[in-house]
Amino acid sequence: MLAADVWHDIFNFANYGELLALVRNSIIAGVVLGIVGGLIGVFVMMRDLPFAVHGISELSFAGASGALLLGVNVVAGSLAGSIIAAVLIGVLGSRARDRNSIIGVLMPFGLGLGVLFLALYKGRAANKFGLLTGQIVAVDTPQLSWLIVTGAVVLIGLLIVWRPLMFASSDPEQAAARGVPVRVLSLVFMLLLGMAVAISVQIVGALLVLSIVVTPAAAALRVARSPWLVPVLSVLFATLSLVGGILLALGGSLPISPYVTTISFAIYVACRIVDSRQGSRGWTSLRHLRPAARVG
Amino acid sequence: MLNHAKKPEPVLQFEDAAFGYDRRRLWGGLTMELRAGEFLAILGANGSGKTSLLRAVLGLHPLMSGIVRVVGAPPHQGSTEIGYVPQHRRIDTLTPLRARDVVGQGLDGHRWGIGRPDRARRRRIDEMLESVGARGFADRPIGLLSGGEQQRVRIAQALVADPKLLLCDEPLLSLDLNSQRTISGLVDRRRRTHDTAIVFVTHDINPVLPYVDRVLYLAGGRFRMGTVDEVMTSATLSDLYASPVEVVRSGGRVLVAGIPEGADPHHAPETAATLRAG
Repeated sequence: MLAADVWHDIFNFANYGELLALVRNSIIAGVVLGIVGGLIGVFVMMRDLPFAVHGISELSFAGASGALLLGVNVVAGSLAGSIIAAVLIGVLGSRARDRNSIIGVLMPFGLGLGVLFLALYKGRAANKFGLLTGQIVAVDTPQLSWLIVTGAVVLIGLLIVWRPLMFASSDPEQAAARGVPVRVLSLVFMLLLGMAVAISVQIVGALLVLSIVVTPAAAALRVARSPWLVPVLSVLFATLSLVGGILLALGGSLPISPYVTTISFAIYVACRIVDSRQGSRGWTSLRHLRPAARVG
Repeated sequence: MLNHAKKPEPVLQFEDAAFGYDRRRLWGGLTMELRAGEFLAILGANGSGKTSLLRAVLGLHPLMSGIVRVVGAPPHQGSTEIGYVPQHRRIDTLTPLRARDVVGQGLDGHRWGIGRPDRARRRRIDEMLESVGARGFADRPIGLLSGGEQQRVRIAQALVADPKLLLCDEPLLSLDLNSQRTISGLVDRRRRTHDTAIVFVTHDINPVLPYVDRVLYLAGGRFRMGTVDEVMTSATLSDLYASPVEVVRSGGRVLVAGIPEGADPHHAPETAATLRAG
């Protein structure tokens, strides 16, 4: 009896068609974030920045809760917080050791600030919790346009710097010798990352950003090793987790984040299994995805 | 001006150049010219200023004083006249690049945008991979190749834009003997077929002994330049290190014994780290 209730909370597909119309905005937001998070995640992995992503998302949370308290646009507050964090980490932490300690210092400060703002906030409790663990179902139209514009800026920015950023991320010395402005690029990347994190905070919540910005790319890097197959798979995994999570969460009474993080984690586990089967060779082109040709 | 027009322009030229970091002078007084097809080996202790010299040629770090010219012009970052093989470092296994992508970076990795598939580009990369004997693993992920295979790919990356000068920073480090021979042979063949001038930084002259035209030996804030026979002698090295050093030539190899440990008063903390910091 109890188990059935819990099950009903988790999966419930009554009146699905009507509900679907209500979450149109959320699905659009999910796709936008899937593309942006999946792409930027590849560079986050190559540049060894998962911890930085977590640090940025806590400051983004502080910005968003500050905005909530002041009654101004939450996405704008979130953006301000994460851009400040990203620039600080980018400027002060060019070496890996410095970077980790700076993130370690910034992160609790951001989280504490956020908790303070939320404690002072007298509005709906759901808004508070949503910033930490996700609130996509609440995405309204003005918020959605903010998300789409920010997502478009990140996407266009990434496409412009793609080749030199790939070069600088895989071999910084050689890239510098070839005239790639390595330091400037690294700052530009942190800015784009800050924006991407701000979008993610709105959708999956500050605590779960890594499930979109890191897990899909990490999964893709397990099974593929080509410079175009990895981003494509990463985007696919991220979008699948988000849209799948939204659709599954629709009927139940739970937030979407547990669905998103579970799907994203399951994809990662599956990719690790595939990777161990193929002996770490990695798919380097689509040829390898066809079972008949899976030789080398 | 007329005098200059007669002889071909030197690929690399130093005039009374001095090298160092953070206003600390490592060594100076270098005047030399490197001509097309010439093979120069640079030897010396860690921190003796070898990397500093390479950085000056790449335009990543200014000289303390004096003049450096690459094909007649002051050096600048991103020059297509120079191919550069950085100090060997294992590439992470999860790098999403195949051998051919790494070579492609040498061609257009610095350009903006995502790049389009291009048949001519692909052919050029294939030819380059072929010429370093890397065609067989062109589509394998770079991170899964052996050290020697990775180094071939990096040589191909440095050469694919057809530079006039190839700078190699300890390209043989941590390679097995066989790979050392292969890599030095490849570099030598390039200068014979394409007249590329070579600057080859190494701590051991033996793998490149058959190919070297001149040696630049740095120690104790001073240098000696000349042929192997002139520089790699007990007298010259003893003088440079201000301490008795024994050089023995045996069976086509040069064996050096008695280099004082920490002899270099200008020993920099870590050359590789300084290079990366830029």
